[in-house]
Amino acid sequence: METIIIQLLNGLDKGSAYALIALGLTLIFGTLGVVNFAHGALFMIGAFCAVTLNRILTLSHTVIDETQTDFLGNPLKVEVPYVNGIFGEEMGAFIIDWNVPLAIIFAIPIMVAIGVIIERGLIRHFYKRPHADQILVTFGLAIVLQEIIKAFYGANPIPTPAPDAFRGSFDFGVLLGFDPYTVIYPYWRLIYFIFSMIIIGAVFAFLQFTTFGMVVRAGMADRETVGLLGIDIDRRFTIMFGIAAAVAGLAGVMYAPINSPNYHMGMDFLVLSFVVVVVGGMGSLPGAVLAGFLLGILQSFASMSAVIETIPGINQVVIYLVAIIILLTRPRGLMGRKGVMED
Amino acid sequence: MLGLDKKDALLFLIVVAMVVLAPFILNPFPTDSSLAQFNAGYPDLMQRFLIFGIFAVGFNILFGLTGYLSFGHAAFLGVGSYAGVWMFKLLGMNVLLAIVSSVLMSAVFAVVIGYISLRRSGIYFSILTLAFAQMSYALAYSVLSGITNGETGLQLSHNDPRVLGASVNADGSLPVPNLFGLEMRATETLNIGPWAFDFNAGYYVCAVFMIAGFYLAIRIFRSPFGMMLRAVKSNQQRMHYTGLNTRPYTLAAFVISGMYAGLAGGLMVSMDPLAGAERMLWTRSGEVVLMTILGGAGTLIGPVLGAGFIKYFENIFSKINDNVLHGWFAFMPDGLENAVVWILHPFIGKGWHLTLGILFMLVVIFLPGGLVEGGQRIMGLFRRSPKDGAKQDTEASKHPAE
Repeated sequence: METIIIQLLNGLDKGSAYALIALGLTLIFGTLGVVNFAHGALFMIGAFCAVTLNRILTLSHTVIDETQTDFLGNPLKVEVPYVNGIFGEEMGAFIIDWNVPLAIIFAIPIMVAIGVIIERGLIRHFYKRPHADQILVTFGLAIVLQEIIKAFYGANPIPTPAPDAFRGSFDFGVLLGFDPYTVIYPYWRLIYFIFSMIIIGAVFAFLQFTTFGMVVRAGMADRETVGLLGIDIDRRFTIMFGIAAAVAGLAGVMYAPINSPNYHMGMDFLVLSFVVVVVGGMGSLPGAVLAGFLLGILQSFASMSAVIETIPGINQVVIYLVAIIILLTRPRGLMGRKGVMED
Repeated sequence: MLGLDKKDALLFLIVVAMVVLAPFILNPFPTDSSLAQFNAGYPDLMQRFLIFGIFAVGFNILFGLTGYLSFGHAAFLGVGSYAGVWMFKLLGMNVLLAIVSSVLMSAVFAVVIGYISLRRSGIYFSILTLAFAQMSYALAYSVLSGITNGETGLQLSHNDPRVLGASVNADGSLPVPNLFGLEMRATETLNIGPWAFDFNAGYYVCAVFMIAGFYLAIRIFRSPFGMMLRAVKSNQQRMHYTGLNTRPYTLAAFVISGMYAGLAGGLMVSMDPLAGAERMLWTRSGEVVLMTILGGAGTLIGPVLGAGFIKYFENIFSKINDNVLHGWFAFMPDGLENAVVWILHPFIGKGWHLTLGILFMLVVIFLPGGLVEGGQRIMGLFRRSPKDGAKQDTEASKHPAE
């Protein structure tokens, strides 16, 4: 029982990441009809927003501290971050500690801007081109983005810690009446899960309950008719691309403490996210979220030692296996719409 | 000639000449000149040109003709490599054995994967092939390490049960791959003045397969079968409506291109008897896609050009470092020189992937027909009315896939 709950929890945070990326991918696909291979790179850029903010906040100048001396008796030189100078010492330390949550605010405008630039500058020229061309140009874009990041930040993973308050683990088992220390779960992963639920909820609420969202949904169903009604649907779709980029970016920001960002983290996630999108059904938002969590949990169950002993290697391939089976038996995925990408 | 029309025969002869004379063509600079680092005529790289050329030519038979974009072709390269090394270990060091087993083994895999994946088309086909390749990769790394030797990679060892031939040489060294006694690594160096040209046995074995493979590709492109594949690409639905089952044709194309990939894998291990799982990684599949598109999908010579281009970049362009740049721009005033070098720095050396990515995007955006279309456009500037044949090719390559 304990192990099952642990695996369920472990699956949730991976599943959250899959669901967030797949949600963004589906938003782009559903609105613009473009298969965006650069989405993993957007996730990666989000994670590097957290890294960048960390670097900006810890920009320091050297101060000679007369009260302390080094072993030779000279006054000690101390690196003091500029933030301390602006906000005072305590507040400065606090800000640096909370850099990852703060990066959320920092990342949203950047990611939206990047998304809008990509859509206006590149992808809009590809609406009329075949899907293969769209895949190829965004694949090229992914390589370029990832190499730019590599040129600036190097190839090594950059540790980006979570705030001190969330660094420990949380004894989840006690809540459910198990013995202490049987089911423990890192705080940050719990936060990640809650955060992703909030984002997913916000996206759905935005689409469901605002006029803007209504127009976008109408455009997803029938773009031409909405255009004939005199609504500038292109502009709204551009904004949706920005929002999708922001969702991927936020998923990346919050993922930075779980996995130190490196320049190819996006590619690793991209392949799986595509599988998730296809399993969920191209163009279906609830399908993407559902499939994200399902596959995340499935993967973590498959890595239980009992399962691995019966079917060796299953943890490595379970996602692909499920994807193959679903694609062959339910070509539209779990919740795919009729007539989407069937040719 | 050889059942080819005039234009194809000319193309074929050009390719043959280029392949045979490559040791001269690729070594245009004297060995002691400062430009010698741009010489690509060393055996290792020349072999790679041909091996990836074969890989890309095969990929193009699937993608260029039918428009099915496979993102998992590297799996066949990996399967071919493993099959080849096992042949070395079990049977004998003759490369023909290894190559035949590679091709057959990858054909078997291609039949299975193709039979399943071709039930879907478009993005679903891409994802299915990707899933199969990633599965093969993951399995080769973990469960199947008994067969693949996991992370270390499969290689020859001292206690291989080699039926035809000894496990170890008399002096205790491992035997090397050979063709009826001719060792693949045997190299003759021809010195003419300051130039040095390497003639490598392995390279010419690859060359034979490359020429044969290219000839076969021409014949497939011009055959009724090739016509059928093009029809699948331009409108599969219409084919179904006329009561024709396209599956056998696409499956045949898939298997043929898988066999080309297996051949490339077999040649790879014949040159260096070592097979690793990372050969199946999806980025490797992406690489062959890049090669084909960059050169020109759906054209005969395109994939060969693309493969050569990317491998040249990977091995030669990546060697340009800041010092070389400083040498080039030494004529400028110091400040300007440093500025130029600083600007170019991210694009050279280890950053060559960035250059490649940008180049690839530019090609996809502006030249959907790849380098071949670029060449045709330049030719078109000189000739006011391009020949009908050239025009037809451009038309065909304008729509690489649906």
